[in-house]
Amino acid sequence: MIHSFNKKIFRTSMSLRLRILELSQKVSALHVGGSFSSAEIITTIFKNLKKHDKFILSKGHVAILLYCILEKNGFIKKSDLNQYCQPNGSLGVHPERYLPGVEASTGSLGHGLGLASGMALSKKFKNIFVLMSDGELMEGSVWEAVLTISSLKLNNIILIIDNNDLQSATRATDTHPTLYPIDKKFRTFGWESMKCNGHNPFEINKMIKLKKKNKPLCIVSQTTKGYPISFMRDKPIWHYRSPNKKEYELSIKEIKKLMKKYEK
Amino acid sequence: MRNKFAKTIFEEIKKNNKIFVVAADISPSGDMAKYQKYAKNFINVGVAEQSMISMCAGLAMSGMKPFAYTIATFAVFRPFEMIRDDICYQNLPVTIIGMGSGTTYANLGGTHTATEDIAVLRSLPNMQILSPCDPEELEECIRYCARKSKFPTYIRIGKTGESTFTKKIKKKWLFGKIRQIKNGNKTCILTHGPIMNLAIEASKKIKKKISIYSCHTLKPFDNVGLKKIFNKYERIVVLEDHSIIGGLSDIVKNKAYDFKYKKKITTFSLKDQFIHEFSSQTNLQNKHGINLKKILDEI
Repeated sequence: MIHSFNKKIFRTSMSLRLRILELSQKVSALHVGGSFSSAEIITTIFKNLKKHDKFILSKGHVAILLYCILEKNGFIKKSDLNQYCQPNGSLGVHPERYLPGVEASTGSLGHGLGLASGMALSKKFKNIFVLMSDGELMEGSVWEAVLTISSLKLNNIILIIDNNDLQSATRATDTHPTLYPIDKKFRTFGWESMKCNGHNPFEINKMIKLKKKNKPLCIVSQTTKGYPISFMRDKPIWHYRSPNKKEYELSIKEIKKLMKKYEK
Repeated sequence: MRNKFAKTIFEEIKKNNKIFVVAADISPSGDMAKYQKYAKNFINVGVAEQSMISMCAGLAMSGMKPFAYTIATFAVFRPFEMIRDDICYQNLPVTIIGMGSGTTYANLGGTHTATEDIAVLRSLPNMQILSPCDPEELEECIRYCARKSKFPTYIRIGKTGESTFTKKIKKKWLFGKIRQIKNGNKTCILTHGPIMNLAIEASKKIKKKISIYSCHTLKPFDNVGLKKIFNKYERIVVLEDHSIIGGLSDIVKNKAYDFKYKKKITTFSLKDQFIHEFSSQTNLQNKHGINLKKILDEI
């Protein structure tokens, strides 16, 4: 039996993927793999976002995913999103701070957590959510921020790492085997940290709800790049690519089939 | 200058608790202890300059007025991408104080001198650059950034023991305006930062009256003021503790072309070289071709 919370989040996450696929047919390439691995995470974050919270997309290359959920939440107009990467459109590959609902212009990796530390220091917000890719953990700036955040007790930061193990061309397990275990590293740096299935919204949500107040939280969400499309899953080539017509139709078919399952 | 920075910024914090100093393993005045009462607004992130800049950007995004503060080379070159993407691209009112700029730290070697800071920061859209010539001008710069500025700003300062030249000057410091420090006839020296000391010394040693200007705002540059200077003087000497590439020399020569200035411009800037001279700032500047005798020969 599928938990009712999961059903709702799954349906939203799948609809985001459908919208991304639709937009993919207008551009030569987009970050489909990383967007698909983060879909359940971002939907769960948005489910938890309250008035006095903030969200920073540190893995800025999946801005298309952010735009789609902002469209769903009424921040971005459908007509604007249809102009994604089109002449005179306002939406590009990476998020821009001047857009409604976008807190920070990111794109170069390893910036989001440092920005969150400043926001936390201002004491103006309740929770600050940051979504980061596992590849960003190779940036030195991330570890500066990790150390600074726990040392300054900026405990209202909730970092979710999309741990799909793939960068644009290589696998972290191959290039940086000592990156793992990630959760243990964060705990050693004074954070609360746990692993979960990043495609199971119920698990992510539970960790957010049970967050301790006296430490910043890092959720290591284990995901699959390109999920759930059979020919995209865990394939580096889908980091930045648009499906051709045949691949597009097959992807839509697979997602709709899964969505039927969640309707039951 | 660092003492003046500390005194001024904590006066401003008293009036406005939105002002933060985010330092990277450095005290504003060499003595951290006496500022503990401002602990809420004074954050030391340690040896983590990237964190310092991103944290300031995050504070500014939250409506605060942050000042990043550390040794100039570490404040600019180490976290350059954070300055570009987090502060300038997002056009946030963060002030970066680069302490010990230029050849101040000559005896520590090239890893500790910031002799190309203006060149790299001038190339960033939205960035304002200030280079006060003495502690009095620095105070004006700090108060301007704390109270008025809405844009990214870099303030390039010395360290300790700088002389005061502008206390009794009638012409007030105004952001974006070249300031006349001494009035003369046909020759003028354009300078910025504590190397003003050499210009003043030269003016005292020479019989003829020369003008001296503090070009404290390097970006946006006072092109109107510079045009008036071109119209007035037959000989212009540029003096700065910065690389010949991208600093005041470049600005003046560039504008001389635009404004069709036909007379002589002599520049005293640092050579495009890493020179290994560790005995003193004066000796390092001398090896770069900057000394009192050479300046006197030119004016």
